[in-house]
Amino acid sequence: MLNRKFIPLAVTCCLFFLLFGIGSIQFDGFGTPRVFFNLLSDNAFLIIAAVGMTFVILSGGIDLSVGAVIALTGVVCSVLISKYQWHPLVVFPVVLIGGTVFGAMMGAIIHYYKMQPFIVTLAGMFFARGLASVISEESIPIEHEFYNQVSAFGFEIVGEAWIGSSTIICLMVLIVAIIAAHYTRFGGRVYAIGGDANSSALMGIPLAATTIHIYAISSFLATLAGIVYSFYTFSGYSLAAVGVELDAIAAVVIGGTLLTGGYGYMFGTLMGVLIMGVVQTYISFDGTLSSWWTKIVIGGLLFCFIALQQLLVRIKPR
Amino acid sequence: MNTLSKNQNLRRYLWPCAGLLVLLVINVIIAPEFFHIEFKDGRFYGSLIDVLNRAAPVALLAIGMSLVIATAGVDLSVGSIMAIAGAVSAYYITKGVDNLALIIGAGLIAGLIAGIVNGFLVGYMSIQPIVATLILMVAGRGIAQLVNEGQIVTFDHSGFAFLGTGSFLGLPFPVVLVIITFAIVQLLTRRTALGLYIEAVGANPSASHYMGLNAKAIKMSVYCVAALCAALAGMIAAADIRGSDANNAGLWLELDAILAVVIGGASLMGGRFSIFLAIIGALIIQTLTVTIILSGIPPKFNLLIKASAIIVVLLLQSPLFQKQLAQLKFRKATSVTNTAKEAKNA
Repeated sequence: MLNRKFIPLAVTCCLFFLLFGIGSIQFDGFGTPRVFFNLLSDNAFLIIAAVGMTFVILSGGIDLSVGAVIALTGVVCSVLISKYQWHPLVVFPVVLIGGTVFGAMMGAIIHYYKMQPFIVTLAGMFFARGLASVISEESIPIEHEFYNQVSAFGFEIVGEAWIGSSTIICLMVLIVAIIAAHYTRFGGRVYAIGGDANSSALMGIPLAATTIHIYAISSFLATLAGIVYSFYTFSGYSLAAVGVELDAIAAVVIGGTLLTGGYGYMFGTLMGVLIMGVVQTYISFDGTLSSWWTKIVIGGLLFCFIALQQLLVRIKPR
Repeated sequence: MNTLSKNQNLRRYLWPCAGLLVLLVINVIIAPEFFHIEFKDGRFYGSLIDVLNRAAPVALLAIGMSLVIATAGVDLSVGSIMAIAGAVSAYYITKGVDNLALIIGAGLIAGLIAGIVNGFLVGYMSIQPIVATLILMVAGRGIAQLVNEGQIVTFDHSGFAFLGTGSFLGLPFPVVLVIITFAIVQLLTRRTALGLYIEAVGANPSASHYMGLNAKAIKMSVYCVAALCAALAGMIAAADIRGSDANNAGLWLELDAILAVVIGGASLMGGRFSIFLAIIGALIIQTLTVTIILSGIPPKFNLLIKASAIIVVLLLQSPLFQKQLAQLKFRKATSVTNTAKEAKNA
């Protein structure tokens, strides 16, 4: 008998294989390792951002600034590399530290001034996009030998499947996140705060430090996602990655994480992103369906999973 | 006690109104012609009228949003509902429907359906408002594109275009619509017990439940009002450009609407609302945009300034920050008296 706590995760995994299976039966060349690994490499930045979002949602919060931080990262990277001729390996640590401090500040405001995460990160989103458009309103190309090398790096495995640098980065992030969430003290604290902030404070969990860490991690990962994103686009643009925060939230929810916090799995988030990727791939393979169907299908999936969560919460055995 | 509550009430109105006044004064100093209003061809022209006209869609959204926020909820889907309503009315016009009431009615019904979906998810399925309305925010634009078949649908219907560009009693028609909506919602909430119920549900859900309030129905009704306001705003936006653009109609306006309500002094924790102050909030946002343009700051600073404004307003509302400010003043005062005492003792 399957443990009840794995039901949402199992549903997500089954749905993924079902969708992938339908696609494979219908179209030639769908059910290949190549298509599967392309899902990973095309959505690498989204997976990284969604992993950060999972920590935030597990703690019962939300981070709306993710997409804006990705855009800001791209703009800062491109300005520093193209205009000031910095080496990317110098730029990356600088922007990662900057992003982490940005997230830590949002976390501090949320905790100390007892404000809703939703409105604080909304202000953070305006701030990051505003800063990005002040730095440059136009798209700035990145031209650097290092970028070409990184984006060309990779190796082929079975069936023309290609594992590139962004896939490697995103899988590494995922493994570290799974260990951090499920096997460390910090992970336990995140779940505890999401379950009940008051009880966990009474248990002696440092609320302030944990909250600040959670938002710092989310922004750190969003910044990393921005760097990975710039590997595809070779440019920085202040209006890039609009709405990625919503995709990330949708992926976390479809992955079976409870939006009220305290319940969910990192692995589910990966499956959530992959399901959204499969829907997109299916629509592009089909050719007759228009792109807006992606939005409607994702909206429908969101609804189904939220309804499933409500059902599971309500029929909890006493 | 009575004077205290009266004072607090006055203070609630003081800050937003003072903020708007300060911005207006700055505008006049930068550009003396700002207050100049001309009467030509049966309607007023001038920067001030322009501010009113451009603030109209956000003001309409803010009216609905202030009710939703009063129940401790939030509606992220209003921008998408604007797109749907615009698309639906454009669809009927291009299909050859000429009756204005039918066109507007179709747009409003599309909005009402969206509101019922939101209200059902929040009220009857008790899903968190942010998440419940997120569904329609994502799917809504897809639905609007489906209605438009992925195109930007343009139309030519002088009656419908009047919604966006016409004038009544010299005022632009969108402004008139805002005034009418304000009057109706204000009457409904303040001349009946509905307003009190909405505040009760937001302030203390369990107490209002024991009082016998039907929280589900009240939540349903506020999401419907918010969606109807959004549908009206969407039709104004579509009439203004004589076309329906599913991708860009009402994009990010949900954030402006929330910001307008917050600037108007409402707490996101729910429990109180003032529609008048929410409209003042919408006017502040629009005036701020004009101030930025007039003062010669490039418009790209717009978002950054808006973000700083939200953070300042939120901090001013936070009890801890108010205490810290008070302590700062107190410390100054006490340190002065302490040094005086020490001087005496020595």
